[in-house]
Amino acid sequence: MDFQLDEDQRALRRGLRDVLEGRFGRDALRAAVDAPRLDRELWRALGDAGFFALCLPEDAGGVGLGLPEAVLAFEEAGRVLLPGPAVATFLAAGEVAGAAEGKTVVTAVAGPFVPCLEEADVVLGDAAGAVALRSVDPLTPLHRVPERAPGGDARDLPGGEAQGPRAVLLRAAEQLGSAARTGELAVQHARQREQFGGPVGRFQAVQHLCADMLVRAELARVAVYAAAVTGDPLEAVGARLLADDAAVRNARDCLQAHGGMGFTWESDVHLHLKRAWVRAGLGGGAAEAEEALAAAL
Amino acid sequence: MDLTYTEEEEDFRAGLRAWLAEVLPKLPGKPSPDDWPGRRAYDTAWQRTLYDAGYGEVHWDASPTRRLIFLEETEKAGAPYVGANFVGLLHAGPTIASEGTAEQRERWLPPMLRGDEVWCQGFSEPDAGSDLASLRTRAWRDGDDYVVSGSKIWTSHAEVADWCELLVRTTPVSADVPKHRGITWLALPMDAAGITVRPLRTLAGSAEFAEVFLDEVRVPVANRVGAENDGWRVTMVTLSFERGTAFVGEVVACRRLLGDLARAARANGRWDDPVLRRGLGRLSAEFAALWRLTQWNVSEAQRTGGVPGVGGSVFKLRYSHARQELYDTAAQVLGPGALDLDEPWTRERLSSLSYTIAAGTSQIQRNIVAERILGLPKGR
Ligand SMILES: Cc1cc2nc3c(=O)[nH]c(=O)nc-3n(C[C@H](O)[C@H](O)[C@H](O)COP(=O)(O)OP(=O)(O)OC[C@H]3O[C@@H](n4cnc5c(N)ncnc54)[C@H](O)[C@@H]3O)c2cc1C
Repeated sequence: MDFQLDEDQRALRRGLRDVLEGRFGRDALRAAVDAPRLDRELWRALGDAGFFALCLPEDAGGVGLGLPEAVLAFEEAGRVLLPGPAVATFLAAGEVAGAAEGKTVVTAVAGPFVPCLEEADVVLGDAAGAVALRSVDPLTPLHRVPERAPGGDARDLPGGEAQGPRAVLLRAAEQLGSAARTGELAVQHARQREQFGGPVGRFQAVQHLCADMLVRAELARVAVYAAAVTGDPLEAVGARLLADDAAVRNARDCLQAHGGMGFTWESDVHLHLKRAWVRAGLGGGAAEAEEALAAAL
Repeated sequence: MDLTYTEEEEDFRAGLRAWLAEVLPKLPGKPSPDDWPGRRAYDTAWQRTLYDAGYGEVHWDASPTRRLIFLEETEKAGAPYVGANFVGLLHAGPTIASEGTAEQRERWLPPMLRGDEVWCQGFSEPDAGSDLASLRTRAWRDGDDYVVSGSKIWTSHAEVADWCELLVRTTPVSADVPKHRGITWLALPMDAAGITVRPLRTLAGSAEFAEVFLDEVRVPVANRVGAENDGWRVTMVTLSFERGTAFVGEVVACRRLLGDLARAARANGRWDDPVLRRGLGRLSAEFAALWRLTQWNVSEAQRTGGVPGVGGSVFKLRYSHARQELYDTAAQVLGPGALDLDEPWTRERLSSLSYTIAAGTSQIQRNIVAERILGLPKGR
């Protein structure tokens, strides 16, 4: 047993972080918030970097890596708040022409929503009758799909992957990346911001907020990584619960640690919180996940 | 990232399983929780059985993964817990092994491993808990002895222990000597003249720990481990060891309890309550992740070849709270039985309340995470 990142995985993570921070750093994020639209150039650049083809076999033009590496990639995507239906496009690579290269943008129905419906080239799943809503997340346009009569396994439908365990796990990985990032932002702010004659990070109330954030992110991390290694669908459901919790609560605590600055549009904290809410709402909620885990006890 | 075990590790597991299947049916019944001499006899007999089969030193195995497998398999098989041997095998033993002289190792380690001698830990004092370094029990030199006076508190197993790993102050705090200098580590024989042990009753009604009063107790200088005034560093060796694989068996036990709770709830109708079901579902995710965190920390320790680092604080913080939640959920499953002390889960729920206090409170763990992992300025 060696449940730690190996050298290749560490290198992959470094490489992905460079690509994502280079292509979608803070300035790009804020520019996207000011003028929200799907950036096809960015999408193709990610395709060129092999992001969407990470798990395609090499003879199909992919990188030939596995779910653990995919999870590392989406953790990095979550850190930088990469917009767009990256999970659906990633899972469609090899199935939908152009997805692997980032030329075709693929979205999919996920639970009661379909993200980025108007901008996507291909929509998987039954989006008939979808109605636009004013999305809470400025970077994720949302449509609501009408409730369908129950029947059939969602995974059998086209686009069913968007509800399947791999989609669940990759979204959890994005949540993990976001949770780790808001933890870092809180610590950074607590070190810099001075009140009462010194950094606010010396106050124990702030320290304990930050400590709890780290604990949440680290527990979500091992859950997500392990589910990727075992490929066990139920473990992915558990990981998703912990990762949703970590992303949402860490963003809230990060906001608190930032004081008034945290309540501004200018700060990135709200972007993490809103995206975390959106991801947690896609593909069945917490209740469904908890019931599935309870049923297996 | 690899969650599979090597062939050698699987062989170790298989051998252990076969051995447990053979010896466990022959074990005598467990003594009552209030029967301390009986508990000591039971726990030390089990250690002797392990020793005779070649598993006596398993807690000190250089491979953290083998320690993990041992604790996992023994818990799964329902084997006895380390019990009264805890301090010896997991605190004092490792300290003596790494800091003691050859003579000291020879004197204390073999009887510990054979289950002949039981140790307790005399660190905390009435006025030195979280702030352990402010301890005041005094020791001064008189020929070849130290003479020790003061008092210790919360000393688990003190009533049945042969030895106590004792922290004493050999140099008073002053402008030149900060509080964590001046401390010395001594092995105190519990039958020495001048020792009074007064059991303390826990909120669960049991007498797990005691007050220990020391009135001019003579301890040979030869019983000092490490240099005089260097006891704080010696102690840190012990404390970091404790946060390693200490909770492996318990996480396994908690996961089994989750299954038991689900079964009981289905049988008594409480399963129809979606709030309870969902709570159990979430706890199942929580404990699955805590198991993965254990494997993560063990793998890290295996790589660094040393004792696990601060990851132990992350684990302990989450685990101690999750365990308390687990027993709060057990209380929901029990319904009216939650108020009945004849229900084992009710008694275990009471015991679980110590988890956020013993071995460093949750607040202290958060301080450690904030200052040592996150690098925030020293708290105020
Ligand atoms: C079941 C059990 C078994 C034990 N066995 C042993 C044993 O065998 N040997 C032994 O030596 N000891 C033992 N202990 C003692 C244990 O280590 C102490 O209880 C623990 O370290 C806390 O110290 P305290 O009880 O003095 O609490 P205090 O330190 O007085 O703490 C009181 C409260 O103040 C908080 N607090 C204290 N300092 C800070 C700070 N800097 N920042 C924020 N909050 C703070 C604490 O979190 C706590 O909530 C045992 C305890 C228990 C419960």
